[in-house]
Amino acid sequence: MLDFPKWKSWSMWLAVALCMLLALPNALSPSQLALIPTGLPKSQLPLGLDLRGGSHLMLEATPQDVEKAKLEALEDTVRGELRNAEGGAIASADLSLKAGRLSFTVTDATRVDQAITILNKATAPLGVGAAREVEISRGSLPGQVVVTPTAAGISAAVDGAMAQAVEVIRKRIDELGTREPTIVRQGKTRIVVQVPGLQDPQALKALLGKTAKLEFKLVDTTADQDEVLQGRAPPGSQILPAQEGGQVVVKRRAIITGDQLIDSQVSTDQNGAPSVSFRFDSTGGRRFAQATTENVGKPFAIILDGMVISAPNINEPILGGSGEISGSYTVATANELAILLRSGKLPVELKVVEERTVGPDLGADSIRAGIIASTVAVLAVAGLMIMTYGRFGVYSVFALGINVIMILGIMSAAGFTLTLPGIAGMVLTIGAAVDANVLINERIREEQRKGKGVVACVETGFREASRTIWDANSLNIIVAVIMFLFGSGPIKGFAVVLSIGIATSVFTAVTIVRWMAARWLTSARPAALNI
Amino acid sequence: MPLKLVPDDTNIGFVKLRFIAFALTLALTIGAAALLAVRGLNLGVDFVGGLTMQVEFAQPPALDTLRGRVDRVGVGDSALQEFGNDRTILIRLPLPEGEEGAVQRVVGKVRGALEADYKGVKFARVESVSGKVSSELISDGVKAVGFSMLFVALFTWFRFEWYFGVSTVVALVHDVVVTLGFFSLTWLEFDLNIVAAVLTIIGYSLNDKVVIDDRIRENLRKYRQMDIKQIIDLSVNETLPRTVMTSVTLLAALIALLLLGPEVIFGFTAAMVLGIIVGTYSSIFVSSSLLITLGVKQRAAGSEDARAKGAERIG
Repeated sequence: MLDFPKWKSWSMWLAVALCMLLALPNALSPSQLALIPTGLPKSQLPLGLDLRGGSHLMLEATPQDVEKAKLEALEDTVRGELRNAEGGAIASADLSLKAGRLSFTVTDATRVDQAITILNKATAPLGVGAAREVEISRGSLPGQVVVTPTAAGISAAVDGAMAQAVEVIRKRIDELGTREPTIVRQGKTRIVVQVPGLQDPQALKALLGKTAKLEFKLVDTTADQDEVLQGRAPPGSQILPAQEGGQVVVKRRAIITGDQLIDSQVSTDQNGAPSVSFRFDSTGGRRFAQATTENVGKPFAIILDGMVISAPNINEPILGGSGEISGSYTVATANELAILLRSGKLPVELKVVEERTVGPDLGADSIRAGIIASTVAVLAVAGLMIMTYGRFGVYSVFALGINVIMILGIMSAAGFTLTLPGIAGMVLTIGAAVDANVLINERIREEQRKGKGVVACVETGFREASRTIWDANSLNIIVAVIMFLFGSGPIKGFAVVLSIGIATSVFTAVTIVRWMAARWLTSARPAALNI
Repeated sequence: MPLKLVPDDTNIGFVKLRFIAFALTLALTIGAAALLAVRGLNLGVDFVGGLTMQVEFAQPPALDTLRGRVDRVGVGDSALQEFGNDRTILIRLPLPEGEEGAVQRVVGKVRGALEADYKGVKFARVESVSGKVSSELISDGVKAVGFSMLFVALFTWFRFEWYFGVSTVVALVHDVVVTLGFFSLTWLEFDLNIVAAVLTIIGYSLNDKVVIDDRIRENLRKYRQMDIKQIIDLSVNETLPRTVMTSVTLLAALIALLLLGPEVIFGFTAAMVLGIIVGTYSSIFVSSSLLITLGVKQRAAGSEDARAKGAERIG
């Protein structure tokens, strides 16, 4: 037990030195950090939002929204395919989206099978062995065809929508000019956004809470007003609320959507009020020009997130590929809308389901109090250990110091974040390390009382205590892993530090202390042990 | 002469005291459980949803006026509490009716109202959790605690014998229930951080029990003829210096954190301090003596040598 082969000593101290190197950047100022040559570790341990201040938002999408969007996209596919069918367009009626499925009736009963075949082909899965995303079947009515998205289809759609949502959110937050936001997906339908240093998340929430789906639709001027008042729109049309009150009946099909926007800026309208101007890409511009040419004299509606913002008349064809939205905007709200339009629409509506915001002052106070308290705690532990175990106490305290540096080094290199519960976890690992040394030292004392020689006492002490330390720490690792698997947020952070800490604690408190004890015993050859 | 918290070679008859200890343990557990059943826990927004705002005012506000102001916003009954000093107020509001995300509008309204009426008001911390998320956090917390206990029991069973597993888990349940009872009694807020504390208490208490169990196993092997009661007393006494030393050291560190540390971790450290005291008590008086009741046998020591050898390689 007391003989340490050279390779063992070397690899032990090499591990310590490596961790120290990894921990070093944390002690450096940014200017010193810049001097570190590339290739050497320079990542600092980032502080969690609870320590440095900032906003944590959890957003959740409703999968039903994605399903609905998928059905709407299917509607376009169905119309297009039927129109371009071989042997002339297939006439259909009663196209409706209800109860998560799309149904329509083929007018010519002999062409139902053809309709099913072409739709099957149009919605065939990409890639070999991929699951079908929609099922197409005959409905209960004669000539009726039903299109139902499959579970796999919905799940793929949700997945795609969420990935896209993360990108849109990133663009929007970048527009705000905040630094280093963290945007990650969590589970199937959630996105966690963390913005350090942001004290008032209202602007951020306003940006994230809007879908920003922009549509241009023709106003249905032929609708029967009495029917509309009862909430019934003519087939192919829909009733939408208007921003200045009342309702507008518009055609369901959009002339053009915000997807074709390439830029949008704050401008002023002819009355000098803030407005938002936008520009379409070339295909969008052409389509807009064509639609406005064909419908001169008729009104069209500009719709944002299902709300009609304005419904101006088309006085003349709009050929330039750009336009302007004016409503009752302030500079701030116009700017917000411009950002939203620039960054594109969210494929799905997101709701904030959890918010945690910590002001930077509070974070700083917590750090200060945390440092003072930890210093006193460490001094108390060190004092007790040295008073109780003398030389072996000094070894333990030295090993404790290395332990903390190793935890910091590993966490910095692995890219973890230090949170308040993380600091608590660190204090507790120090506890585990202290316990390991107490076990060893008490065992040495016991052996000493049995009248054994110095070397025999130390040997037995380490050997017997090691087994117990191993048992106890395996259990702690189990608890830490379970915390990590099932815990959320703060518990996870705590579990990470605990797992790393338990490993380094056993290493420092047992191996390093034993090395130091062995060195002392072999070089000083003490006749008695004062422990 | 080095400091010794426990004199050498103590010989305290812990086993003899076991019926008193069992009675006390039972009383504490039932008492805490009853308290939990009747009074419940002051669950934080993490678990019931709603929102908490830690607001710093320029001058100490009159609580009645402030409560009236918040209630006028019309977002439900508010609960106000001073936090650390009289200028810092914790405002709790219930989960609003309606869809997910409604809680966000409440945050905005209250913020607007207070910023308009109180000059220089600062929102140091805002936490809002929707109903769905909070119920998930509850189930996550329960799962974390439940699975920890289960795996601890399994590990102790495989590493030792089944009665060690049972006695350990019984003692752990006692520790957890008493800690929860303490939170019910003091009405300290019970949030996610406290769940982490409860898990850590399980970890520490476990540590203590494993150390004693390990010694019992070792002594069972060493003194094959000795009576089990004597063996348990011997083992608890032999490990007493370490049990006390470790607990005292940890308590010293935790009390420093409790008194000087940031307000945010007060509940966490309070739970830890209590947990260590309760855990140490249950290790010394409950879990080891329970082995007798469960009928531990000498053969518990058999065939452990091979496995124990493997463990030494770490040192």
